Amino acid sequence: MTGKKHHGRKMSKDTLAVNILGYVLIGLFALICVVPFYLIIVASFTPEASLIRNGYPLIPTEFSIESYLLCLKNPVSILKAYGTTIGVTVVGTACAVFIATMTGYVLSRKDFPWRNQFSFFFFFTTLFSGGLVPWYMLCVRYLNFKNSYIGILLPLMFSVWNMIIAKSFMNGIPSAISESAKMDGANDFVIFIRLILPLSKPLLATLSLFSALAYWNDWYNCMLFITDENMFTLQYYLQRMLGSAEAMRIVAEKSGMALPSVPLESMKMAMTVIATGPIVLLYPFVQKYFVKGLTIGAVKG
Amino acid sequence: MKKGKETLAVTAKKPGRPSILKTARKHWMLLLMLLPAILYVVVFSYIPMTGIVLAFENYQYEGGIYGSPWIGLQNFKALLVSGKLGMVTRNTLLYNIAFLLLGIVFEMGSAILLNELVGKKFKKLSQSFMFLPYFISWVVAGAIMYNIFNYERGVFNHVLNMLGASSFDLYNTPGAWPFILIFLKIWKQTGYGSVVYLAAISGLDQEMFEAASIDGANAWQKIRHITIPSLIPTMMILLLMGIGNIFRGDFGLFYQTVKSSALLQPVTDVIDTYVFRLLINNSDIGVSAAAGLYQSILCFVTITICNKLVKKIDPDYALY
Repeated sequence: MTGKKHHGRKMSKDTLAVNILGYVLIGLFALICVVPFYLIIVASFTPEASLIRNGYPLIPTEFSIESYLLCLKNPVSILKAYGTTIGVTVVGTACAVFIATMTGYVLSRKDFPWRNQFSFFFFFTTLFSGGLVPWYMLCVRYLNFKNSYIGILLPLMFSVWNMIIAKSFMNGIPSAISESAKMDGANDFVIFIRLILPLSKPLLATLSLFSALAYWNDWYNCMLFITDENMFTLQYYLQRMLGSAEAMRIVAEKSGMALPSVPLESMKMAMTVIATGPIVLLYPFVQKYFVKGLTIGAVKG
Repeated sequence: MKKGKETLAVTAKKPGRPSILKTARKHWMLLLMLLPAILYVVVFSYIPMTGIVLAFENYQYEGGIYGSPWIGLQNFKALLVSGKLGMVTRNTLLYNIAFLLLGIVFEMGSAILLNELVGKKFKKLSQSFMFLPYFISWVVAGAIMYNIFNYERGVFNHVLNMLGASSFDLYNTPGAWPFILIFLKIWKQTGYGSVVYLAAISGLDQEMFEAASIDGANAWQKIRHITIPSLIPTMMILLLMGIGNIFRGDFGLFYQTVKSSALLQPVTDVIDTYVFRLLINNSDIGVSAAAGLYQSILCFVTITICNKLVKKIDPDYALY
C-alpha cells in the first residue's frame, strides 16, 4: 500500500489534499451506505402510535419492542420461513460449493485432454439462453417444481461463474500435487477431496458466501414456484408482508387482533431486521477470505 | 491381419491423440466428477434452448412445449403491435449504460481513494459499511425505499417538512425514477465492485510509485499516470462483461422497488419485467417466449460482436 511510506514523516501538501478528498468522499459514501440500515432499526423499535403520528423517525425518540414481540408472539409462519430459509441455505450451499469446486478441479487438470471443450460447453450457456419462458415451462410442467423444495434448491445449485472462479483458483495449485498422488495410485476423486480441497480454503469461503447469499436472499424462485404459505422463504415472506393489505391479513389472522390495532408499520421494519440480520452478521467472519477469493475471481478463466 | 490393421490405425492418427473411447476409459473418474454439472447444464440450459420453439407456437396445455400448433411469426407480430418492445428495449439499454459507466467511475474512484487513505481503521470500517448493501436482497432494498420514500411516513418527506418544504410523492413522479434506480444500483454494488479494483492496485509494483516520487511526481500525478492506466485491463474485462449483458435488466431492482405501478412503467419497465408480466400475469406464453427469444438474440449478438472487436484490438482482453 502506498500509505505505508508516509508514516513517521510529514505528509506532503498533495498527499494531504488527496487524503482530505478521500476522507470526505469515502466517509460520505460509507455513511450513505449505512444510514438506511440505521433508519430501519430505529423504526422497528419505535411504537406504532408514534410512527403513525410522526412518520418514520430520523432520531429515536421513544422505545418499544412491541413489534418484535408481536413477530414472535404468533411465530408459526415466521419461524417456518426461517426454518425453510436456513435449511435451503445450508443444503443448497453445500451442494453448490461441492459441484462448483469439483467441476472446476476437473477442468483445471492439465492432463485432462477435453478440458477446453468442456469449459466451452459450460461457458456457452452464459452467452446464449432460451430465456425465462422455456425454462419456467420446463420446471413447472415437466419437473414439477410447483410447491416443492426442489424448486427453490435446484435453480441456484450450479453457477458457471462460480465454476470459473474455482477453475482459476485451482489453476494456481501446482499440478505436481495431483500428478504425484496419481503415481501413488490415488484416484482422482480422492485426490480432490483429500489434497485439493484442504488447499482451497479461501476459495471454499468465497464460494460458500456467494451461494449462501444467493440462497438466503432468494425470493424469486419462491415467487415463481411456491404458493403454499407454509413453504415460503424468509425473503418472500417479507415481500408479502411489505404489501400492506397482505400483511394485514396475515397478522390479523395469526394473532386474532382486530385489523386497526395491528402495528403494521413497525412490524414491517422489524420483519426486515429479522430477515436481514443473520447474513450481514456472517460477513465479518468471512471478510478475510472473501477479499482474497474475489481477487481470484477477477482473473478470468 | 489384425495386427496390420492396428498399426494402420495408429499411424493414421496424429501422435498423442488417442481415440475417444481410450481417453474416456483413462479419465472415467474425471468424467464422472463432471457428470453432475453436465447434467445440470443440459437440463437447465441446453434443453430450455430447444424450448425457444414456444415463440413460434400457439401454446396449448395438451400439446406441451413441443406439440402445440405452429403459428410462425404471429407471436412476434403481436409483440410488435403491442408497441412496448421499443420502449422496454430503450429503457434496458439506457439504464444498463448508466449503471455501467457510473459503476466504473464509482468503483474505480473509491478503490483509488481507499488505497490513498492513511488511516487504516477508517479505511477498514468504511469499506465494511460500503459492503453492507451488497448483502441484502432487493426485497430488503424495497423495504428501505418504503421507509425513506413513503408519502405519508417516509423519512425523506419528514426531512423535507422539517426544512419547511412540502412533501414529495415519488410514486407519482415518473421523472425522478431514473435517478432513484441508478442511485440504488450504485449504492448496492460499489462496495463489492471496488474490491476487484483494490486488489488490482495492491498487486502493482511499488517501485513504480517510488521511482515516480524520486522524479518529483506528486500524489495526483501518480494517480493519473500510474494507478489509473494500470487499472485499464481490469476495467476492460468488467466493461466487456457488462456490455455482454447490456440487454439484460436487473429484474430484482426493477421489480421490488417499482412494484406494479402502471404510471411508472414508461420509465421503469425493462425487458425482463415485461417478459415476466406477460408470462405470469397474462399467461401469454407464446408472446412472452417471443420477447424472451428477442432478448437472448440481442444479448448473444452484442457479446459476440464485442468480443470480436476486443480480440482484434487486444486479444488479451477477450472473454473467450
